[in-house]
Amino acid sequence: MGKASTRAGSVGRSVPRLEGAAKVDGRARYVDDLSFPGMLHGRTIRAPHACGRLRSVRLGPGGLPLGLVVVGPRDIPGDNVIAVIEDDQPALAWGEIRHAEEPVLLLAHADREALFAVPAEVEMIPGAPVFDPLASPRVFKHIRIARGDAGAALRKAPVVVEGEYRTGAQEHVYIEPNGVIAVPENGGITVHGSLQCPHYVHKALCRLLKLPADKVRVVQTETGGGFGGKEDYPSVIAGHAALLALKARRPVKIVYDRAEDMRATTKRHPSIVRLRTGFSRDGALLAIEAEVVMDGGAYVTLSPVVLSRGVLHATGPYRCPAVAIDGRVVMTNTPPNGAFRGFGAPQTQFAIEAHMDRCAEQLGIDPVKLREKNAFRPGDVTATGQKLPKDTSALPVLREAVRRSDFHRKRKAWAGTGKGIGLALFFHGSGFTGAGEVRLASRASLELTAKGARILVGSTEIGQGTRTMLAQIVADTLRWPLSAIEVAPADTGLVPDSGPTVASRTCMIVGAILQRAARELKHKLGRLTPTQYLARHGALVVTKQYEKPAEIHWDEERYKGDAYGTYAWGCDVVELEVDPVTREVRPLKLTAVQEIGKAIHPGHSRGQIEGGSAQGLGWALSEEVVMRDGKMANAQLTNYMMPTTKDTPEFDVAILEQAYRHGPFGAKGVGELPMDGPAPAVVNALRHAGFDVREVPATPERLLKCASR
Amino acid sequence: MRFTLNGKPVELKVAPMRRLLDVLREDCGLTGTKEGCGEGECGACTVLLDGAPVNSCLVPVAQAEGTKVTTIEGLRGHTKLQQAFVTEGGAQCGICTPGFLLAASTLPRAASLEAVKQGLAGNLCRCTGYAGIYRSVAVARGGARAAPKPKPAARAKATPRAKTKPKARSAAARRSR
Repeated sequence: MGKASTRAGSVGRSVPRLEGAAKVDGRARYVDDLSFPGMLHGRTIRAPHACGRLRSVRLGPGGLPLGLVVVGPRDIPGDNVIAVIEDDQPALAWGEIRHAEEPVLLLAHADREALFAVPAEVEMIPGAPVFDPLASPRVFKHIRIARGDAGAALRKAPVVVEGEYRTGAQEHVYIEPNGVIAVPENGGITVHGSLQCPHYVHKALCRLLKLPADKVRVVQTETGGGFGGKEDYPSVIAGHAALLALKARRPVKIVYDRAEDMRATTKRHPSIVRLRTGFSRDGALLAIEAEVVMDGGAYVTLSPVVLSRGVLHATGPYRCPAVAIDGRVVMTNTPPNGAFRGFGAPQTQFAIEAHMDRCAEQLGIDPVKLREKNAFRPGDVTATGQKLPKDTSALPVLREAVRRSDFHRKRKAWAGTGKGIGLALFFHGSGFTGAGEVRLASRASLELTAKGARILVGSTEIGQGTRTMLAQIVADTLRWPLSAIEVAPADTGLVPDSGPTVASRTCMIVGAILQRAARELKHKLGRLTPTQYLARHGALVVTKQYEKPAEIHWDEERYKGDAYGTYAWGCDVVELEVDPVTREVRPLKLTAVQEIGKAIHPGHSRGQIEGGSAQGLGWALSEEVVMRDGKMANAQLTNYMMPTTKDTPEFDVAILEQAYRHGPFGAKGVGELPMDGPAPAVVNALRHAGFDVREVPATPERLLKCASR
Repeated sequence: MRFTLNGKPVELKVAPMRRLLDVLREDCGLTGTKEGCGEGECGACTVLLDGAPVNSCLVPVAQAEGTKVTTIEGLRGHTKLQQAFVTEGGAQCGICTPGFLLAASTLPRAASLEAVKQGLAGNLCRCTGYAGIYRSVAVARGGARAAPKPKPAARAKATPRAKTKPKARSAAARRSR
């Protein structure tokens, strides 16, 4: 053939979303659209106070509807725990109550209205709750990272800048609330649900129900958004529905309404970060000391790994010879905080990036120059001792963002006008931290079909474009048309455990495993067509498992080594104006330049960047979780303000590519990166407009209080 | 209760104060209309009542008596708009998509971007940041596609720190090689 095939592949092209047609004509079936014969509805009775001891749960007064099913802790066949990292969170609390809204009793009935009309009174002996993370006596996880002697370097540094930065909780507001249906069948249970990680739910159910793996099946239904909010929580709601279904011996549906979803499910961890940085007079970073405190809520859930990603990004994308990071995530008496796009990294990078503009001011150096001077280059070494690879793109994204946004001109022209422009430089590790991918040992399969091949993975489509992207990778590796590739439903009875759909890992990690499977499939086929192969040799399924690239080393004990296989890089520029009277902030434009290795599907990659940026702007400006006595006081979309069309500015997105050698076609992760930049870029723009704000959300109330500079 | 549903007459025996949303989903079996908040904030339950968009979670079915109700299943004459949501990134997770499509179907053909934003301000989307939705609306009206064109980060091979390199390998020296 000489030259490579001239037929255009699908990688790098914005092909139509595979399940798109069903999503635009109303055929796509989400969990609440499904019904099973004899199905009951479930309801969760919850604790009224933030902590204390449970005394009693009374149903009534008045007659209870006939056929009401009641499940308490004693009805749990297995261990009363939600298995995640530690076994501290019960599926149904008894004795000690650690947070308001903690589930204590479950009810089910065929008539939803009658079910929710049942009066239920939960009596508690209230205790003394802790809401301030700095006053918490209980540390869930403590991580220290040290490089060089930061204390000594700070004592010697000619310029030292200090600051404290805070970020608030954030609600995911997937437009489809959490929901599942549990169906007792085949002597076990099948759960259909809106979820990101079917195998997480599978593991939790086996433990809770004391059932062997083959008696538990978890099937993802079309999922109306996740953003991390359907990473760990579905194990709770699936457990509840399954307990009711097993007792009732009938299918049970639990779909939360918006208020229950907002009150009871996880949020982004609030954070307090204190920074001390030392510089030479010409702006070279000599030392960083960071203290990171995250509010874990009442149970451990995923907090240790959220903290881990947080501290691993706490220096921002800057080289520094002396670093001391001390991070802890602590218990408070609020509902557990959990995974949310970015997973700790947006919190710590908010702090360092807001701090860098203050440092630039004190040093009398332009904020772009200060970043250029200190940004990671290929070959630089991170706080954990990782030598950064060739695809380290901090400088390219910074320069392109400054150029595209006409940053310098606007910065000068807008001074004193009420308009502001600010930027943030950031990075995001792709895939699980450290040895996480080795522990996951993810598997992915390809099955030969008459038409071509079927992808079998536990990775889920939650809107980000997983199905289309994986099909593109497989099609191009096989050099087949995209139409030859199907994607099996994420059903634990059908697909191998490809690890959770989180951590910006699906494309880079699972995509790479599938690519290896596709190469082997192609090799096995030889010159035969799929039909010929199937006729001659019978069925063919190729399964591959994650293989760690040889050069990646991680020491979990000492927190040393290659924290991530590689990183994606971003620079955001935010332009905004502040109403001089109401101090409402109107974002005008967000320029996002992000280097993601290879955009398998440029349209969907842009969709991730725009959508993530909008979430970041919401977190920065308007989304405030108001807690009163440990309960969310604004658990409704009327006063939890996520951005509407009227609050969202123009986006100018530029995608840069610098191949990662182990990613499929060079791809890295893109899902979380866009969440890291908007909030610090906003406060830096506000600083330019004259407001010294070090906490988000930067609501009008907060700006009124903060001293205008 | 009588009304026209997606062009066909229907007659139902239902309690007049039930939400139109529930009657459509449960009694008529049309699950394309979604519930996102139940309080008229998110617009996922948008349907057309005599051609005007309403939040069906706030409409008692009695109010639909004698009207023409259009749901996503009965949206006709907007194939281009629906296709554009698939090709231009208007739909990601898809849960808000039926509501957006019905709301967008009522926008005047010549609506400016500002008017499109105003017309869709009653619908929330958490995935797209709305940009993909505006592009979909524009392309459906004959606007040019604006697919992103990624660029190689050619300058990513950044200069090594001068401190760690001998002088002979300054940036200028390497450029000349």
